[in-house]
Amino acid sequence: MQEQEKPRKLAIICSKGSLDMAYPGLVLANAARMMGIEADLFFTFWGLDIITKKKVDKLQVTPVGNPAMHMPQMVGILPGMSSLATTMMMKEIEKLDIPPVHEFLTMVHDAGAGIYACRMAADMMHVSKEDLVDEVDDIIGAMEFLEKAEGAQLLFI
Amino acid sequence: MTAVLDLPVKFDAEGFMTDPNAWTPEIAEVLARDEGIDPLTERHWAVIRFVRAEFAASGQSPTLRTITKKSGVETKELYELFPKGPAKKVARIAGLGKPKGCI
Repeated sequence: MQEQEKPRKLAIICSKGSLDMAYPGLVLANAARMMGIEADLFFTFWGLDIITKKKVDKLQVTPVGNPAMHMPQMVGILPGMSSLATTMMMKEIEKLDIPPVHEFLTMVHDAGAGIYACRMAADMMHVSKEDLVDEVDDIIGAMEFLEKAEGAQLLFI
Repeated sequence: MTAVLDLPVKFDAEGFMTDPNAWTPEIAEVLARDEGIDPLTERHWAVIRFVRAEFAASGQSPTLRTITKKSGVETKELYELFPKGPAKKVARIAGLGKPKGCI
């Protein structure tokens, strides 16, 4: 197999903290590493929940405002709908051999992907390095992220 | 030293064997060298044997998650053993088709 001159690179910004929005970034970062592409994940705003110790195992699917839920919006407001949608998604995910979010973070990190928290979001939500899962490499500013992402294909989720 | 082209088996356009049943450990050695892995250590073989066994049992190549959960070789080591893209390298050296899964 030929080696490309410049290694392909992927930088993914995760800005949403719901369970259904946590997976796309993780799946792509992992797929990139599996095929030898460099990958960095940058968690900002609500995406910070995905790498926050207290929240990583409690991410929820939010039926309200989610056009793919195939139910009237009013139903999504009912109590228990969010946890029902979450339970259903977790079940389907496990069937596909996709790990829960925290295990997934460990897996992509072990696979060599960088995991970074956004400095501004962390300050805004009063979150420090100790509040974040151990897989987080660093809390960095927007400019540092752009430096890391130089030459990378960029994805905003 | 045997080159890939000298092997008596067929490959697809991307270099994966077209017939997994034609695979032999000797072919694995040649393909591994072609991937820059030389020599294949006992740890490499642990992965290759596991993947072959899973394929024999299910007809599908296992996901990397399955490999790291059940073969005794964890994620970090797997990436060290098969650097720059373990999914394709493991499949190719084990004589299986290009992996299609997302995980």
